Amino acid sequence: MQNETVDLNQLALQEYKYGFYTDIEMETFPKGLNENIIRMLSEKKGEPEWMTEWRLKAYRAWLKMEEPHWANVYYPPIDYQDIRYYAAPKKRPLKSLDEADPELLRTFEKLGIPLEEQKRLAGVAVDAVFDSVSVATTYKEKLAELGIIFCSMSEAIREHPELVKKYLGSVVPPTDNFFAALNSAVFSDGSFVYIPKGVRCPMELSTYFRINANETGQFERTLIIADEGSYVSYLEGCTAPMRDENQLHAAVVELIALDNAEIKYSTVQNWYPGDKEGKGGIYNFVTKRGIAKGKHSKISWTQVETGSAITWKYPSVILQGDYSVGEFYSVAMTNHRQQADTGTKMIHIGKHTRSTIVSKGISAGESNNSYRGLVKILPNAEHARNFSQCDSLLIGDRCGAHTFPYLEVNNPTARVEHEATTSKIGEDQIFYLNQRGISKEDAISLIVNGYCKEVILELPMEFAVEASKLLSISLEGSVG
Amino acid sequence: MLRIKDLVVKVEDKEILKGVNLEVNAGEVHAIMGPNGSGKSTLANVIAGKEGYEIVSGEIYFKDINLLELPPEERARLGIFMAFQYPVEIPGISNATLLKTAINEIRKARGEEELDAMEFLSLMREKIKLLEMSEEMLSRSVNTGFSGGEKKRNEIFQMLMIEPKLAVLDETDSGLDIDALKIVANGVNLLRKDMNDRAIIVVTHYQRLLNYIVPDFVHVLYDGRIVKSGSKELALELEAKGYDWIKSEDKITV
Repeated sequence: MQNETVDLNQLALQEYKYGFYTDIEMETFPKGLNENIIRMLSEKKGEPEWMTEWRLKAYRAWLKMEEPHWANVYYPPIDYQDIRYYAAPKKRPLKSLDEADPELLRTFEKLGIPLEEQKRLAGVAVDAVFDSVSVATTYKEKLAELGIIFCSMSEAIREHPELVKKYLGSVVPPTDNFFAALNSAVFSDGSFVYIPKGVRCPMELSTYFRINANETGQFERTLIIADEGSYVSYLEGCTAPMRDENQLHAAVVELIALDNAEIKYSTVQNWYPGDKEGKGGIYNFVTKRGIAKGKHSKISWTQVETGSAITWKYPSVILQGDYSVGEFYSVAMTNHRQQADTGTKMIHIGKHTRSTIVSKGISAGESNNSYRGLVKILPNAEHARNFSQCDSLLIGDRCGAHTFPYLEVNNPTARVEHEATTSKIGEDQIFYLNQRGISKEDAISLIVNGYCKEVILELPMEFAVEASKLLSISLEGSVG
Repeated sequence: MLRIKDLVVKVEDKEILKGVNLEVNAGEVHAIMGPNGSGKSTLANVIAGKEGYEIVSGEIYFKDINLLELPPEERARLGIFMAFQYPVEIPGISNATLLKTAINEIRKARGEEELDAMEFLSLMREKIKLLEMSEEMLSRSVNTGFSGGEKKRNEIFQMLMIEPKLAVLDETDSGLDIDALKIVANGVNLLRKDMNDRAIIVVTHYQRLLNYIVPDFVHVLYDGRIVKSGSKELALELEAKGYDWIKSEDKITV
């Protein structure tokens, strides 16, 4: 018994190991949001006039919009004038990493994302975003040899305006929803990817988002374009310091897959979830959408969501091209007082389009976890097919799981299947495993990883192991 | 090997065991018989360390280790195995994964090296044949979609893999037809081949199983106490006379 107590205490300490803060010289904007702030931001980033106008238009639309409250989540009103919309390290590398504040490099190294050339992760190119700005992108030159563009959004606006103009906002229009409008007005950075015709991207592309400054929101924008017959696998990760206040993260991700192209987008979301009593944590209000525009194109979302105080996100696919494929694999885990309302939308427009939804919700502690999904088959989508499977797993009896599936089928040739299950990790299962020599923590982690296996297997290999570990850590302290 | 002294156990304020004494030595097979509600399963669960039982007084020692101070997984690592009366379904974990994790935890606790994957696989294949189960069952989720008989066989299969020091079989015969009963009993008797550092407790309602697993000692648990102990003939006598016989005798002795 003595030993067990000690172990549990040690486990509790490492609960959120990315909660540290980097003391670094920052340049920040005053709090609040108005047209001046947006002009300042645009100027700071050296943007052309059309971009500034694009932002202002979004801002004006946003002013007329209302924050949505249909999700199954509850939080006090957000004061949008009490947020800082820009924070960036003063000394960041412009040409070479030598110019960077060493603290900045140390931060990413601590997070397991070394940026220096000799230490870089093998097989993974990384764009590192720190608060409002991208600080470094690795393997850029090597990728450029294949014609692949992988850079920060700011750089893309300056260097590749024709692509940005054509595609930015084409999947998620600035007026799509309240948070997308806000993002369109104030987004400060993010990643841009373009894979040229017929190129198979030889390495994983990845963006690592780090929120560091306090009282600051993070608004990043990601745009990925896969040209005809190309392939890319992209992964995003994210962490933030532990703080008592809530911080807003409102991102927009747009994916475009042309004829025969495939985009695989994976997320391991580990924003600070708040403490056990529900104090602090990130509000993660994100709009992610892809368009499978071309024939036989494919977009696949895989997400493992363990962080954030509140998650509001529905990575979706518009299946426009005939024979296009959309997939959504999700594990959303909530513990303590976390709330998640997440799911997907599959909009079938083209003929013979197929979509698959596999959602695994896990609720522990006093958390609340909702799946919300829409499958829409438009009148012209002949022979469209969808398979949805939504499972919920409850740990303990103070948490909640909810499923809100919406189906709109407007074509009689469509085939739509929906399966849903709810199960509970029972004392009896735990005792059975205990009796076989397996500790309580290991028993739960075995059950949870078994339950999520289908989704974890969809992740790129390098991250599948990390994700499994993350699930176990996030559950620590969930059983008494 | 196992020493239980004056064990009094309550469940939700109701006294279920009212002073149980039992001593089991290495090499012995003990049968604990008794009518429904006499406390048989409570006794098995308390030895294994299940939560929800209040130990009012008494002690349980396993090889001079106070079991009541240990959580169930540590008891299991000492070599205590329980074959469950109602084995639970655990979707998502394969039988092979469960066994590999269990055996390696036990080996780790003993300071032994983890079992090599190939070695482990051939061991599983060898033992599963003994229980006339298909290899395909190894990759299936633990007990998920198994019939009652398959679940019980799976318990015995796990027991043969784990090779416990003390095996407690809780009503392993319930719900088995005669063929399945023989297979299960055969499994237990295989474990019996080497009883050098091993003991077995068979908890059962009926004498039937004891035709195939012949015990060295039989105890009758009645109303929370062991009211009668004897040799294997006691089981036959019980079968012939029924538990009412004990009830009337019990009244006489009280």
